[in-house]
Amino acid sequence: MRTILHSDCNGFFASVECLYNPQIRNKPVAVCGDKDKRHGIILAKNEIAKKYNVKTGEPIWQAVQKCPELVTAQAHYDRYIRFSKLCREIYSDYTDNIEPFGLDEAWLDVTGSVMLYKSGRNIAEEIRHRIKNELGITVSIGVSYNKIFAKLGSDYKKPDAVTEITKDNYKDIVWKLKASDLLYVGKATEKKLSKLGIYTIGDLANFPLPQLRNNFGKWADILHNFSNGLDFSPVMKSNEVSAVKSIGNSTTAIRDLENLEDAKIIFMVLCDSVCRRMREQGFRAKTVCISVRDTDLQSFTRQKKLDVSTNITKDVLSVCMELFKENYTFSKNIRSLGVSVTDFEADTLSHQTSIFQSEEEIIKSEKLDSTLDTIKNRFGNFAVKPAKLMFDKNLSGFNPKEEHTVHPVGYF
Amino acid sequence: MKQYVSVTAKFDSDGNILPLKIHWDDGRSFEIDRITDIRYAASLKAGGAGIRYTCRIKQVEKHLFLEDNRWFVNNEKEH
Repeated sequence: MRTILHSDCNGFFASVECLYNPQIRNKPVAVCGDKDKRHGIILAKNEIAKKYNVKTGEPIWQAVQKCPELVTAQAHYDRYIRFSKLCREIYSDYTDNIEPFGLDEAWLDVTGSVMLYKSGRNIAEEIRHRIKNELGITVSIGVSYNKIFAKLGSDYKKPDAVTEITKDNYKDIVWKLKASDLLYVGKATEKKLSKLGIYTIGDLANFPLPQLRNNFGKWADILHNFSNGLDFSPVMKSNEVSAVKSIGNSTTAIRDLENLEDAKIIFMVLCDSVCRRMREQGFRAKTVCISVRDTDLQSFTRQKKLDVSTNITKDVLSVCMELFKENYTFSKNIRSLGVSVTDFEADTLSHQTSIFQSEEEIIKSEKLDSTLDTIKNRFGNFAVKPAKLMFDKNLSGFNPKEEHTVHPVGYF
Repeated sequence: MKQYVSVTAKFDSDGNILPLKIHWDDGRSFEIDRITDIRYAASLKAGGAGIRYTCRIKQVEKHLFLEDNRWFVNNEKEH
């Protein structure tokens, strides 16, 4: 049987800010995005702010209504990345099977060290102590025999706690939790489950599988296995880089976008970043996807498969614009836009030439892109840019390539 | 309060760093007589985390922190 830990830093961003500012430590604190750039939402909060029911993702004004004395702190991503790295260094004293899930969470397969420390719980307790003493932040750790239950364990008791879920006690702990606590049970699935009379993870585990399959298709087996602790997915080794499946950037613009010209400026900046990242990784993509969110926060995504894979900025941009024009008429102004590419192949592969497209043109564009990449790497992102971006410097003055942060990727 | 200080330190041939002398910004400097403990630690009082050197300076014990490449101490008011 494996021993797997899931470690979750409690209110990570807020804990780090509180560590660096002792004078705000005993007040309700929330880390927020930049209000002036319209990124003014709560990114993380500390335990005190949690008591006021301040929620991650809500706008600052709403949080301040709930908690007038709320201290809002600016985010310092360099600090969070440093602390995330320091946490991983501590984990690496116990195992080399560390699979990060975002900046603040990680799974650890400590099966090989259990003999040395007598039990998984001992390892978890030691990690908890060390992170508290050495880094000044708290973690909650779940100990179990699979990844799913380990994650539920780390959510079970917060902050600064260890929860062990074994084959003997999982029915008492896990099965009593709400179904929505399970990984991959979001709002839509929760609604569907409650129609079937499934409210807890226990209900889900004991629900007849064939009937579940009728309602959820192939997801039924996954939900059934997850709720019964039958998850055998391995914890990735820390030196195994997971294969990149997609590259994307999105932004909330500094002001609402009112016309096609505005949208094009944003798409230009996003495509430039996405394509540069793609070229750095040595990929060409075959599918381009855009996401659009209007001022009512309604959003949609559209994607298109290309005939020939590409990593040329100009080509990706034209696909984005095409998709956008086909699918949006500016019935409302736009708040945010996103671009992502997927379906990768290595850029060293030879490709099928087309009689409809001039190869010379492609080679020319590739050369142009690689020259621009070199200039930007040497002199900075804003050293050279299309003249169009100069029309509205405020709108185009963001750098998604360097400002983008790492979000947890899917479990599969 | 967190106070950054300048420090004279020695790099030994194994790459270890040992602080020898602390220089305050008012011009005074203090020889470190002994280092009794070296470990990773957070300073909740000063607000930071790094390698903590427990130093004996004229019979007084003082924590000196190396955070990335800056040294800091917790400056209590009475000092």
